[in-house]
Amino acid sequence: MKTPLTPQSVDRRDFLKTAGLTGAAFALGLSAVRSAGIADVLNLSGAATAPASLTPYILIEPSGQITIMNPKPEIGQGTYQSIPSLIAEELEVSLDTVIIKPTGGEAAFGGQVVGGSSSIRGSYTRLRKVGASAREMLLQAAGQQWNVPVAECMAENGTIIHKPSGKKLTYGQLAETAAKLPVPTNPTLKDPKDFKILGKNTPRPDVPMKSSGQAMFGIDAKTPGMVYASVARCAVIGSKLVGFDAAASLKIKGVQQAVTVERVLGKNRYEGVAIIADTYWAAKQGRDALKITWDHQGFDAFNTADYEKKLRDLARTDGVQGHNSGEFDKVFAESSAQVEAFYETPMVSHSTMEPMNALAHWQPGDKVEVWVSSQGPDLTKGEMARVLGIPQDNVTVHIMFNGGGFGRRLSQDFATEAALLSKAVGKPVKVVWTREDDTQLGPFRPMTFSAMRGALSADGKAVALQHKVISPSIDATMREKYDQTKADGTMIEGTDEQKYEIANLNTRYVFADLHIPLTYWRAVTSTTLAFAHECFIDEMAVKAGQDPMAFRLAMLTKNSDTKRVLTKLREVSNWDKPLPSGWGRGVAQWEFFAGLAAQVVEVSKLPGGGVKVEKVYCVIDLGTVVNPDMVKAQTEGCIAMALTAANKDGITFVNGRSVQANFDTNQMLRINEMPKIEVHILAEGGPVIKGVGEPGLPPLAPALGNAVFAAIGKRVRKLPFDLAKV
Amino acid sequence: MAILKLTINNKPVAADVDPQMPLLWVIRDVVGLTGTKFGCGIAQCGACTVHLNGNPVRSCSLPVSAAVGQKITTIEGLSPNADHAVQRAWIAHQVPQCGYCQSGQIMSAVALLKQTPTPTDADIDAAMQGNICRCGTYNRIRDAIHTAAAELKNSAPTAKPATLETTGQR
Repeated sequence: MKTPLTPQSVDRRDFLKTAGLTGAAFALGLSAVRSAGIADVLNLSGAATAPASLTPYILIEPSGQITIMNPKPEIGQGTYQSIPSLIAEELEVSLDTVIIKPTGGEAAFGGQVVGGSSSIRGSYTRLRKVGASAREMLLQAAGQQWNVPVAECMAENGTIIHKPSGKKLTYGQLAETAAKLPVPTNPTLKDPKDFKILGKNTPRPDVPMKSSGQAMFGIDAKTPGMVYASVARCAVIGSKLVGFDAAASLKIKGVQQAVTVERVLGKNRYEGVAIIADTYWAAKQGRDALKITWDHQGFDAFNTADYEKKLRDLARTDGVQGHNSGEFDKVFAESSAQVEAFYETPMVSHSTMEPMNALAHWQPGDKVEVWVSSQGPDLTKGEMARVLGIPQDNVTVHIMFNGGGFGRRLSQDFATEAALLSKAVGKPVKVVWTREDDTQLGPFRPMTFSAMRGALSADGKAVALQHKVISPSIDATMREKYDQTKADGTMIEGTDEQKYEIANLNTRYVFADLHIPLTYWRAVTSTTLAFAHECFIDEMAVKAGQDPMAFRLAMLTKNSDTKRVLTKLREVSNWDKPLPSGWGRGVAQWEFFAGLAAQVVEVSKLPGGGVKVEKVYCVIDLGTVVNPDMVKAQTEGCIAMALTAANKDGITFVNGRSVQANFDTNQMLRINEMPKIEVHILAEGGPVIKGVGEPGLPPLAPALGNAVFAAIGKRVRKLPFDLAKV
Repeated sequence: MAILKLTINNKPVAADVDPQMPLLWVIRDVVGLTGTKFGCGIAQCGACTVHLNGNPVRSCSLPVSAAVGQKITTIEGLSPNADHAVQRAWIAHQVPQCGYCQSGQIMSAVALLKQTPTPTDADIDAAMQGNICRCGTYNRIRDAIHTAAAELKNSAPTAKPATLETTGQR
């Protein structure tokens, strides 16, 4: 396996310089235009004269060494394997012979953010075309060199073979000739039946590094002259710094100085006091010795219990309309079988295992270099430029392995904090947050409350459904401008995307102001809204006296992916076979921006009360699958994360501070609580590729709630709930 | 501050540090071995797990002074070529996702198998409960431990697995 231990970003100039020095290097890249036809695949072999806005994805050196640039940061979801494999498959090279390097946010690579389960979907055809173009140019080069028809040549494992004679040339030997050829306008993509990597359970090249302590995460980055910082920020979010006394801190050996620093998070600016020291431990000791006066500005009166009451009060207002089809009000009013329920969910933390951190080095000429675990080198570059007031070209980003992302590392507050500190102290600074900082300061996944109303026809079919969401808003807490007159798309996501044939569907949004910063989380608000929506569908099934699976399928008369997924789930989960005594099962599905999955959860009644989660069956619909084992791993991860969100602490505030601070008070699912999981992938081809990283999350909480009802007859309408006490 | 003499991965190390500094930060910031991770600082997540005389300890909460004269093993010192049976099983089962917690998971698993060569699921639950994995790789961790146990058992009569303890390297 020839891979660098650090996914160090290659500086574009160095990259091109390497190409120039080796002389015969062959480089092929794509322009940033996303609508990419093959016209966008450009030959960049004349590196020195290449347009400045372009960067190559493939570099073939005369030695035969191939480097593939990976624009999608590895956060655990497997892009370190899956994205380069799109190029490697078409290029006919084995992944274990190439060097994989992350991009650094250069505009030429287009969007480099990992989020929304979009990496494969956005890259599948585009990057295969890059690989295919290179392959065709190498074939043509060989044909020229041997003076034989290209049709007599084939590409295999980094070489071109002349089939009749058996002659061979390596890609390295052909690179110089190939580089002079025009880029094919319409390269032929491989027939999927000939795939060697795509669609197979290919091992991840980062796994050996991550099993030996060699993988380098943001927190592991080093640079000469580096100092450490630990920053005291007020846990009462929104407090203003009045003053501080660092006398005791400065007496601690290793402590160098104390400086104030701003944490910039969207529109929010939070002041803190940083202790700069030789080691992290000294910085932390120094921070703990600080005497700081904060002005809480009244935020210390904030309690989530009060806020929840406010949301319940707001639920009586109409809010603004999202989706509307049919006449909900009329049909509901006239129905003799009405169902109403109110669902509540909490804020939750991301709690990536790697706490927030960054290493930044402010350099002469208003330049800055940053080593960071980030979900988008382009996001980092842009936010560094905005906060520091410098051009993006002055920011060099080195993307490290991310110790978890889940949406938290879309924000760049930790990166800009390190840069501001480096600028202030004139040295490279590594900022490391404590777990308490990471848990208490947000941004959090928003809480959502849902007022559900539904009506059944005389023959027990759902004819009207209203989902009214009452919640704070991610955008409102992060952006300067927020339009309260429109339904907030992020906050009602998926509520109008379910395929149930309910003629009268109305979705509404009631906005509630909040000073706590909120952000995206894995599957975002689908994780809370699916709980309300799909538990409520069960409540309607109960009212109709029908089996929950049959009730759902009866609302899916037309062909749809949802119908296929639920039909498959019914079969693989043995839905129609009886369970042991004391067990119950529940079903839920959810379709949203990231994709589609459905789950059956089985629980057993415990002798002393409460239930145990025994097994989860999941069917995920993809269309096309790149690495089935990775899909299973992601889905297992989604289920674990959803169980934590459903059954563990959530974030609550008392007197302005998050009650949860570390893993003792903000508990995560542990190995003894992990259920058996069976994942089934539907990948039957078709034009649409669906996402992998998030769809396994939303169905879990409602399927669990529905299973609890089936097992013990208790309807759970508030998350989190304790499995042992339900 | 004091000069403390430590043995990390069978190498002598002299560290001029506050005796109260947690072993984790000595390993990471002073010695420069970054495979051992910081996760919580209060011995709740296990990301910082190392061996002290073969026993798993949470290095974030152990003052370095308590490790003087003891044999400290980190993930880097587990095997000469990162090929301990547990590491091979981790690769075979493709356990890591983000990977951040996995050094600690592996150190806990190795210690478990030393103590209990053929662990039941309940043994695994008990020994591994202190290690959080936010990516949810728990079922693969369980499978990998069973695989490693079987391999170690099969190889036991003839040769012990190549670990620091048996090779004395590094």
